[in-house]
Parts: sequence; C-alpha cells; structure tokens
Amino acid sequence: MIQLSSPEDTQPEEEETEIPQSDEAREELVAEIEKELGNALIATEITPEVDVWARVTKEAWLDTARILLHRCNMKYFNFLSAIDWMPSPYGRDLDAQVDQPEPITPEEMSWGITGGETRFQMLARVHDPENHLGISIKADLEESDLSIESWSPIYPGADWHERETSEMFGIVFLNHPNPVNLYLPGDFEGYPLRKDFALLSRRIKPWPGIVDVEDMPGEESEDEEVEA
Amino acid sequence: MTDVTDTKQMAYIAAQAADARVNLEIETEGMTLNIGPQHPATHGTLRIVVKLDGEQVISAEPLMGYMHRGYEKLSEVRTYPQVTTLVNRIDWLGSFANEVPFILAAEQLMEVEAPPRAQWIRTALFEMSRIANVVLFLGDMGVQLGAVTPVFFAFRDREFILNQIEAVTGGRFHPNFDRIGGLRDDLPKGWIEETQGVLKRIRDFCDEIETLVVGNEIFQSRTRNIGVIPPDVGLSYGLSGANIRSSGVDWDIRRDGGVGLVHHELDWKVWTHPDGDSFARFWVRLQEVRESCTMIEQILDGIPAGPVMAKVPRIIKVPAGEAYVETENPLGVMGYYIVSKGDLTPFRVKIRSASFNNVSITPWLLKGVYVPDVISILASLYFILGDIDR
Amino acid sequence: MSVVLADLAYWQETTIRLVVGLLAVLLPAGTLVYLFLFKMMSFMQSRLGPMEAGPYGSLQLLAEVGKFLQKEDILPKAADRLVFKLAPFVVLISTFLLILVIPAGPDLWFIDVDTGIFLALAVSSISVIGILMAGWASSSKYSLLGALRATGQLIAYELPMVLAVVGVIIQAGTLNVQDIVLAQATGEIFGFGGIGNPFVITQFLGFLIFLIAVQAELTQPPFDMPVAESELVTGYLTEYSGLRFLMFFIGEFATAAIFSALAATLFLGGWYVPGLDVTDNLFNVIGPIILLGKTLLIAFFIFWFRFTYPRFREDQLQQLAWKVLIPLSLINIVITGVLKVVF
Repeated sequence: MIQLSSPEDTQPEEEETEIPQSDEAREELVAEIEKELGNALIATEITPEVDVWARVTKEAWLDTARILLHRCNMKYFNFLSAIDWMPSPYGRDLDAQVDQPEPITPEEMSWGITGGETRFQMLARVHDPENHLGISIKADLEESDLSIESWSPIYPGADWHERETSEMFGIVFLNHPNPVNLYLPGDFEGYPLRKDFALLSRRIKPWPGIVDVEDMPGEESEDEEVEA
Repeated sequence: MTDVTDTKQMAYIAAQAADARVNLEIETEGMTLNIGPQHPATHGTLRIVVKLDGEQVISAEPLMGYMHRGYEKLSEVRTYPQVTTLVNRIDWLGSFANEVPFILAAEQLMEVEAPPRAQWIRTALFEMSRIANVVLFLGDMGVQLGAVTPVFFAFRDREFILNQIEAVTGGRFHPNFDRIGGLRDDLPKGWIEETQGVLKRIRDFCDEIETLVVGNEIFQSRTRNIGVIPPDVGLSYGLSGANIRSSGVDWDIRRDGGVGLVHHELDWKVWTHPDGDSFARFWVRLQEVRESCTMIEQILDGIPAGPVMAKVPRIIKVPAGEAYVETENPLGVMGYYIVSKGDLTPFRVKIRSASFNNVSITPWLLKGVYVPDVISILASLYFILGDIDR
Repeated sequence: MSVVLADLAYWQETTIRLVVGLLAVLLPAGTLVYLFLFKMMSFMQSRLGPMEAGPYGSLQLLAEVGKFLQKEDILPKAADRLVFKLAPFVVLISTFLLILVIPAGPDLWFIDVDTGIFLALAVSSISVIGILMAGWASSSKYSLLGALRATGQLIAYELPMVLAVVGVIIQAGTLNVQDIVLAQATGEIFGFGGIGNPFVITQFLGFLIFLIAVQAELTQPPFDMPVAESELVTGYLTEYSGLRFLMFFIGEFATAAIFSALAATLFLGGWYVPGLDVTDNLFNVIGPIILLGKTLLIAFFIFWFRFTYPRFREDQLQQLAWKVLIPLSLINIVITGVLKVVF
C-alpha cells in the first residue's frame, strides 16, 4: 500500500524519483521528431513515464503536425490553444479587496517547460491511441506578427480550436477554412484570454479573497500551518 | 482498429456525397432552418443552422457561445481550491468527474499523492457520476427518437445514484468534494450497503433499457447505419469516450493511462463496437454503465482503511511548472493543462473538454442526412452544452 | 334516435341532435385523455399523473381546459390571419362529421345513409386540409415542414385504411354501417353462429392494417413525425396557443376516440354483444355503453403503442405504407373476394 504522503514521507520518495528513469518510447518519439525537423526543433523535455514536451519554430508548425500524424502515428488530435506569458498587469493579490485600479508595470516574463522567447506561445497536444503516448507541442509567436499556419488541413478537429484561439488571443491562422468567431459575437472587441484584458467583474465588485480555508478532516482548527 | 466495416462506411460516405451533388445540380431553392438555440432537442442552447433541400441536409453549422462562461479566464483569478467549484459546472450531469482531472493535475505539480482510501473513494464517486450522467443519456436517446417512456425510468433510477452521491458529498449535482491531497470527508456509516442495493437497481434499469429500447425494431431502423464515423476520421477530429470506442478504437484512459485513480486494480472490460453508427454509440454506453456497476461493486468490497487526506498546507501554493492530466469522463476525455508560476492561483488553465471535440465533427457528419437523423445523430454523440461552452 | 325524435319540431330535434353530438364527441375524448393520456401513461412511466384536482385527479381535465382558455391568444405577425384562425375549425369539422355515421344502438344514429362508411372515410380526409392550412398560415418553417409531412403521411395511409375496410364491405355486402353491425351480429363463422361473426376474426389482417393506418392518421407515435417534438418543436401546432391549440388538442383526441369507435363498429361488432337478440330494445339503452367499452379497448392499444415506440423516419413511414401495407391489404381483398365467392 502507498504510504501516507505527509511532508516527512514525501522526502525519500522524491529522492527515488530523482534517479533518472529511462523512457524509451518517449525518447524514440523525440528522436524521430528531431530527425525529421532538424534545427526547427528548439527544445524538448521528457518527464519519464509522465509526459513529453517539444518546442518548434513557427515556420515548422505545419510540418510538425504532418510529421506527428504520418511518422509518429499521432492520429488523435487532443487540443490546440495558446499561452500568454505576460504577467497580469492588474496584479493578483488575493488579500486585496479589489485589484489594482491602474495597470501596474508587468514584471519580467518567465516561461515554463521548454522555455520560450516571446509573449505568445502556441500550445497543442496530440496523442497516439495505440501506444498511449501524448506530446505537447509549443511554438513561439512574435508579437509583431501573430499569425501561424492552420493545422486543420492535417487534423480537421483543429478547426474549432483554432477559431477559439483566434478570438481569445487574437492569433491569425493562415489557410483556415472558416475564420470566424466561435463563441464571441462578431463585433466583440478585445481578446479575453490575453492577460491585459481586464476581468470586469473583478474591477467593479469587491473580492472576498481567500475565504475557503477549511479544516482538514479529523483535525482541530489550528493556525500554525498557515503560510500566507 | 478494425477494417471490417471500412468498405461499408466508405460506400455510405460516397452515397452521401453523391446525394449532395445531385441536390446542387437541380438547384432548387434551399431552406435555412435554425435548430435552436431554443429547441426541445438541443440540451441547452446549442444552435445549428442547417441548409435544407426538402428534408435533406446540405450543410450544417453549429453555432454556440450562448452559455460561454469563460472558465479559463476565471480560473486565473481563483485559488486552486476555488477552481473546483467552477469546473463542477462544466459537465453538470457528472460533476464530480470534472473535479478529478484538475485535482490530479494540481497534485502532480505539487508532487502530493492522495492516500489509498481517498483514491478508492474517488474512483467510486467518479464512476457513480458516470452512471448518473450516462443513465440519463440512455433515457434521453428515446425521447429524441420520439419514445417518451424511457426517460422517466432514467430519471427515476438516476435519483438513487444522486442520493448516494449526496450522502457522501452533500451535493446532488455539484459535489465540490475533491481536494488536493485527498477528499473533504470520509464515507458516512451504512453507505456501502445502501450503494450495493442501488447498483442492483441500476443493473435492472440497464436490462429494462435493453428490452425497451435496444430491442425495438424502430429504434434499430432509426439508428443502424446512421451517422457512421470511421475510426480515422473520428480520431482526427479528437472524438473520445464512447464515441470513438463505438468506431472500434480500443482506447480507454482508465485502462491505458490513468494516474491517481485505481481502475487498474479492478477487473473490468473496455467495450468497443465495430460499426461506428448511432446504434453502436448507444450500445457501448449501455455496456459502460454495467461496467461501472461492476467497478463500483469491487471498490465497495475493497476500500482500504486509512485517512482520506494527505498532509498538505492549509493555504495551497502550487510550485511552478506545467502539467496535463486527462481522465476518461462520462462524455469522453477531459483534461486540464495547468501552467503554474508558484502562485496561489493558476497562471493559465486550458480546459480540454470532451463535448467540444465530439461536436466539432457535426459539420462533417450531418452532410446529406435527413432532418430526423440530425436529431438522432446529435443525441447519440451525447454532449452537454456546458461541456462545449465552458 | 330517429324513433325518439319522430314527433318533435324541427328546431327541437336539431337542438337535441346538436347537444348529443357534442357530448358524443367530447365525452369519449375526455375519457381517453384522462384514462390513457393522464393515468395509463403515468403508470407506464412509473409516476402518478395528476392527483390534486378531484379524486385521483379526475377533474384535471377541467383544470386544463380552464388553463387553455386563460392563455393569451397569440397570432404570429407574419401569419395569414384568416387561414390561421380558420384552420382549427376545419380540423374539428372533420371530427364532428365522422361521428354522424356511427350507430350506438339499433335505433340510435344521427344519419342512416346507405354509403355510410364511404362518407366516413371521405370526411376523415378533410382534417388534412386543416393541418395544411395551419402549417402554411403560421409562416414558420417548423410548421410548414410539419404540415407537409402530415399531408404526405395522411395521403399515404388513407389508402391502406380504405383497402382494409374494403374487405369488411365485401364480407358484409353493404356500405351501410348499421347493416355492417347487423351482418356481424347475425353472421356465422363457417356454420357456427354462437357469437355472431365479429369481423376481427375473419378479417384479422384487415383489422391490423386498419389499426396501423389509424395510428398514422391520428399522427400518434410511432407515426408522429408531423408533430415530432424533438425535431420540429410541435410541427404545425408550433405557433398555436390558448383556445386554438385546445381545439387542435380536442380534435386530436376526439378523432382518436371516433376512429376507435369506427374500428369497434367495423371489426368488433359495434353496439352488439352476443347473448341478446339483435332486435332487443335493450340495446338502445346499453348499446352506447357497449360501444364505449369496445372503443376504449381499441384506444388502449392505440395509446399503448403511443407510449412505447420511438418514431419512424419519414421515408421509412412511406416505405411501410407503399411496400408493405398496401400490397398486404390488396392480398386481403383478393382472399376475401375468393372466399366470398366460394362460400
């Protein structure tokens, strides 16, 4: 049986997992992509037995889809979206009753797995339903030219995902069969999922902050563990 | 994947294409029909604009967004425990199942693992929300085809499952019971025995549906060879769950992936069907309800003793990182891609909901069918509007 | 009735006919709605149905009528006003004309014409015109689709219905409905006359075809495509509300009752029960009750199918009519004719 994972117990477990595990299937997958894409593959990262990420150049975006489908047996289209890496200019201090009324200067941007260079990053995921492998693909997008090739000729399912991404982030998909808004009304202004799009309800209504701290089952209420 | 019915499916598609061509050549003036946003057959406010020639569909275009709630944006200003309240409302018929992948993704980032008892109870509730969800589909499919009686049986028997969920979580529809590191509470006394009785009722319900609906000749003539999805097309559109298994793709995340839930310790079977038509989708779901009963029975017999909550800080800060966890939800694959920057709130949450992908195939699928088949195909794809509009 | 009314003035006779006619249409219709739509349907679907208005909800029907009367009478802006308002009456007229030919006792009938069954089948088609008017005048796409479906369906099922009745007519040797009842009462099956000759036994195939055709004529599931809620909202009824909807509703269930009565008359011996002499005056009293009993029996089957089956698709319905029912009823006519000549 699995140990009760309290902070004391998790320590040795973590040490065990730090021993580099081999994950042949995912390494082969990365090797295959690298062979086909060459320099267009910027970075990869494998978490053994869990997941794999790859970052490609914007130019190789469409080729990546083709390689994944035809060479790597990634028949299953999972999702496609984007990430805005700019920290929210409105702050997110949960103890404050309202957000900052005026935009604050964005801090330095920092990127997640496989790094990044630009504010906007494409994020897509495909899956191999026979060998049960999934891979997340990223690509940087220059803010001056927010356009990228559409995946829908290769994965028809990308159609709606790209329409959603387009209206939410303002990214233009080239060669998209039906580039109209999916959710938002046609005359909607702004791109809601960008970090500088203010969430109006947060601006006009006082926010209670953290109110849902609850006692652990079988424990008395104690405040010593609170780390704000 | 099977090749058994490939030729049949290709013939069907060719026939559809030929029909569409003939319609264009005659050049009769078509009619545009808005099915929805307020229409008895759309579960919620989906609107489908179909161009008709007589009763035959030339093109169909779903329009949605009438209920878009922006959960991805809202998640960015809520703490991790608060997000579960939101995601409860995505697939409102199987709410508990929505929480699980989010919690699992957060646990993966925090490198916390729920204690075994919590995992087992989680799996039981996960499967019960599947039953609560799919049982309603089994009844609702009848209504969409014009038979009103099955849905009353479905509502009647779903109530027992909801009562059991309520007994544990306190909520019939929106449990909000899953926590990072375990569960809110332990099982109430006497719950296991009661649930065993309820499972028997659900099995009886499945038998009833089998004789009342599946065995009915009209039902079969309305669903067989209607809305055939070849496996490759289904995969490229990202169909999941029973929709893709009924096209013969033997893929179930509960068996093939599955972190944090205990499906791999149970003895059960993944059902597939080679046909890929509306009937197959109904049939596979019916079998899945039975399979869920089997799973819950085994879980009830084998829940280990112990705590239901791991030691986690009172105020949860998730370490920086990215994680994608998906589970096999009642409607199909549901996953959360969480980007954390070590804050109290997630930096970005991408919600990959099953119905969104499942419905995106409709423009392809509805070409050339008749108006009544539009309804039966949509019903058999089985979507919840909250799962599309998030 | 003809005997009773013999000595009355014309206006008195007309008033009595009118009142009795209204009762004869509305009472069975109400019985059907309460007994089958409210109660039987509820029990089949494991619920109670109406329980509050009156004992076991028996006054629910009045409450429903009251509700419909209170509702706003909505007329769509783009509707063809005159046709829209006229349509429910046309449907009801067909229903009221149908009741004319059904005898409820040896001396109880509204009109006694020699071509009674012919008249009944002819006027039953009038409702199609009303439905088409409703669908067209509503200026709604759902209504139009529903009305067109209804027209196609009613035309397709008129034929097997008429052909199924032809078998009965050949066997009875008359078009007069009263004489058909008498033929069943006094007839004998291959020399055995103990129970008369209800044509359901010798014309069983015709009976089945007639029931299926009636189901389609009434647009009840599995043939309810014209009003298919899950597809066409409610088809030609979509834009109707209040009193006008109520009239369609009454028309639907009254027609169901009258077609059941017609089936009972043609195939189950009408007001006659074995054991009593046909000429017995008692039948003038118990005849209507017996007929109602037989009507409810037939209606039970109609509603049983209604609650159980999903609906066909439009093309499947046409296939059933033209490829199965019509050939079968033609075969039935041939066999009946041959046997009629042989015996």
